[in-house]
Amino acid sequence: MKSDPILSLKNLSKRFGTIKANENISLDLYRGEILALLGENGAGKTTLMNMLFGHYMPDAGKIEVTNASGEFINLALGNPKASIAAGIGMVHQHFTLAENLDAIDNILLGSEPLNQLRRRRKIAENKIISLMQESGLVTPLDIAVGQLTVGERQRIEILKALYRNVRILILDEPTAVLTPQEADSLFKNIKGMTSHGLSVIFISHKLREVLAYSNRITVLRQGKNVGEIATSDANEKKIAELMVGSETTLPRRQPASTGKPILKLEGVSALGRGLRDSLKNVNLTVMRGEILGIAGVSGNGQAALAAVLSGMTIPEMGTMTLNDEKLGNLDPAKMVSKGIGRIPEDRHRDGIIGSMSVAENMIIEGLSDPTFQTNGFLKREHIAAHARNLSDEYDIRGPGISAPAQLLSGGNIQKLILARVFHNKPKIILANQPTRGLDMGAAADVARRLIDARSRGSGIILISEDLDEILRLADRILVMHDGKLTETQTRDRATLGLLMAGQAA
Amino acid sequence: MIRIEARETLSIYWKLGLPLMSALLALLLASLPLNLAGAPILESYKQMVIGVLGSKFAISEMLTRATPLIFTGLAATLAFRAKLWNIGAEGQLYLGAMAAVSVGTGVFDISGLILVPLIIFCGCAIGAAGMVLPATLKIRYGADEVVTTLLLNFIIIIFLQYMLEGPLKDPMGLGWPQSSPILDQGMLPPLMDRMRIHFGFIIAIFCAAVAHFMLIRSIWGLKLKAVGENMSAAKHAGIPVNQSLITAAAISGALAGLAGVSEVAGLKGYLTADLSPGFGYTGIVVAMLAGLSPLGVVISALFIASVFVGADSMSRAMGVSSYLADLVVATALLCVLIGGFVSRYKIVRIAKNGGKN
Repeated sequence: MKSDPILSLKNLSKRFGTIKANENISLDLYRGEILALLGENGAGKTTLMNMLFGHYMPDAGKIEVTNASGEFINLALGNPKASIAAGIGMVHQHFTLAENLDAIDNILLGSEPLNQLRRRRKIAENKIISLMQESGLVTPLDIAVGQLTVGERQRIEILKALYRNVRILILDEPTAVLTPQEADSLFKNIKGMTSHGLSVIFISHKLREVLAYSNRITVLRQGKNVGEIATSDANEKKIAELMVGSETTLPRRQPASTGKPILKLEGVSALGRGLRDSLKNVNLTVMRGEILGIAGVSGNGQAALAAVLSGMTIPEMGTMTLNDEKLGNLDPAKMVSKGIGRIPEDRHRDGIIGSMSVAENMIIEGLSDPTFQTNGFLKREHIAAHARNLSDEYDIRGPGISAPAQLLSGGNIQKLILARVFHNKPKIILANQPTRGLDMGAAADVARRLIDARSRGSGIILISEDLDEILRLADRILVMHDGKLTETQTRDRATLGLLMAGQAA
Repeated sequence: MIRIEARETLSIYWKLGLPLMSALLALLLASLPLNLAGAPILESYKQMVIGVLGSKFAISEMLTRATPLIFTGLAATLAFRAKLWNIGAEGQLYLGAMAAVSVGTGVFDISGLILVPLIIFCGCAIGAAGMVLPATLKIRYGADEVVTTLLLNFIIIIFLQYMLEGPLKDPMGLGWPQSSPILDQGMLPPLMDRMRIHFGFIIAIFCAAVAHFMLIRSIWGLKLKAVGENMSAAKHAGIPVNQSLITAAAISGALAGLAGVSEVAGLKGYLTADLSPGFGYTGIVVAMLAGLSPLGVVISALFIASVFVGADSMSRAMGVSSYLADLVVATALLCVLIGGFVSRYKIVRIAKNGGKN
């Protein structure tokens, strides 16, 4: 296999303002191999791939690629058309499909000439069917994409790239939205395709799948290529060290005895965005001093559950009881005052008001607190002092407490939200995807603080798509599928995966 | 290829220099049609400055013109801060004016100490109602307030014409469609002898100062900012979003109503259908130029009033068409708005390269 590379990135650099997103990165890709590109958030993976795909113009460096006739050419930079012509295809983490069209139209979209009168749908369909047979990526072709599952949509994205005769396929976090079983089958199909000569670069931060399916691993840290290893020589510890630069381990819970029940949901039903995402007759009990993990593929009712617990949605049916007090007429302010702390899934949309200062964001849930106001006017010294204290206590780094919160990094924004929530000593904490998109250091910090809150006696509801996170942190596990919750004792990944896919284990 | 990027930082020189440069550029551009109209350019601009700052009278005229613009500018500012697009200040202005003549022209012949506050209160209340209605429609039924407030303007103006031909018509008015005059003791007192500037200007400045203070110092201002900047997060944090929107709508409508009260009870004395030459719409420009800052509204209202008054007086002094005055105003506004854009964004050239080995 180690012949000449078919793709060679040479000394690529890219700056955004004062930030060096990529610094002097070189990388080779060989025919038929799967290269895993690893790195924490902000390490520069996506920037690098966007330069390769022509979305960004590098500040320095060049890209060489073999063209269809096998010659090694210089790729025109900053030009997506040139990249497509060179056989480079990219599947983004967030799909770019038209939901009202079927798979064939989505695959043809953009590759059909605009000036032809008759569409050659039948020919295209035959080509797509043969591609499906070769690759094993099977999906219904004549149903609007909006009605398909996430896994099927992803297969369409990959088929779209294959239809354009890609020889180099870039996958950006392909398994983020898949169940473990779906992910396994995806990688088996990709393996099959590489044996026919396809080369694949996939971006990930799930060490497990990288170790299981790649041939070679390249690790980026702070915009630099910090190491390349053959997967056969690698193990989790080694890669984690490369990624973080030092030894960081994600904290794990220690078993503890749990107390009496605090929060009870009985027969709760609530509307979500769609039928699948609506809560159907859910029962749930949270004990004092426990972390209750809710596993599942997103879009199965987690959003509706979080909305009910945050007071954003009023359930259609069912009751909520907090310490034997029945909660009625719920709204977010009441939830806060009753001692339910909420860490929202989308921290930029629901967690902070980006243009307002760090200090203002810290008090936004406590505006009636007499510490911060008298007769409706802000006590600015107290607010500033409060913000300085919390910034120190939670190690929030950034341009200062009066700077807009949007200038903070993702991890620091999450710390701000944690500080705001934990400061009220909540009885219940809803942590919805609390570490999504955070680098390992920040994720470890969040996990540690959740464990601390647990030992102080809070009951924590942890909703996460990351099964490893659930296994590390949760005392009890519930699996969410199709708007229903199933409690399970098992800690076996495969069994949990089956439950996540809706099959009884 | 070019691309537009947001500027990361803005030096103080840019911040101060840009409006100045924009104004100069506007004058430069406007000199072209002036020259074509046969007016000597330097002399024209000299007349313009004299028309604004040349005498006590000129200054008082400019401040008189700025008064309704400060009110409507504040009305737009407070609503826009909550992302509530009130395009209906013009209609709310007339609602306020109608309320003023309804209570101020003889129904209550009482002391001015009571009558003036009564007129102001009624004008504010009716103006507020004129904005609370579309805000409620938005909250309850999702009706776009841009459409409803804009269309309400036409409804209100036609209603005004009916009122001026019917219930509000002055019986002594020789058949003209105008209201009876407001009682002498109901008028806002003038600030200077033989000048038109009146107490409404003081009220306008006071409102701007209060609005500024409330926005930066009060919980109400913080909530309004939160709702306007990120409604989803504001709701999640437990801020009563609808209540904030309704309050903002009420205050915005009340300020626009005050503009009508101030024009009727401070300047004209009676109500006609041409009370406002588009003060409600110009208020939007005033607010945008001010970057939605209440104190900035005062400055930008003074600037726009200066251009209006100066260009008017220039066209009279130089004997050129008064349309040229409108042209100068429009050029100045465009330049300042573009200047504001340049201060926030920069245009970057993207080079292309690459090729075969």
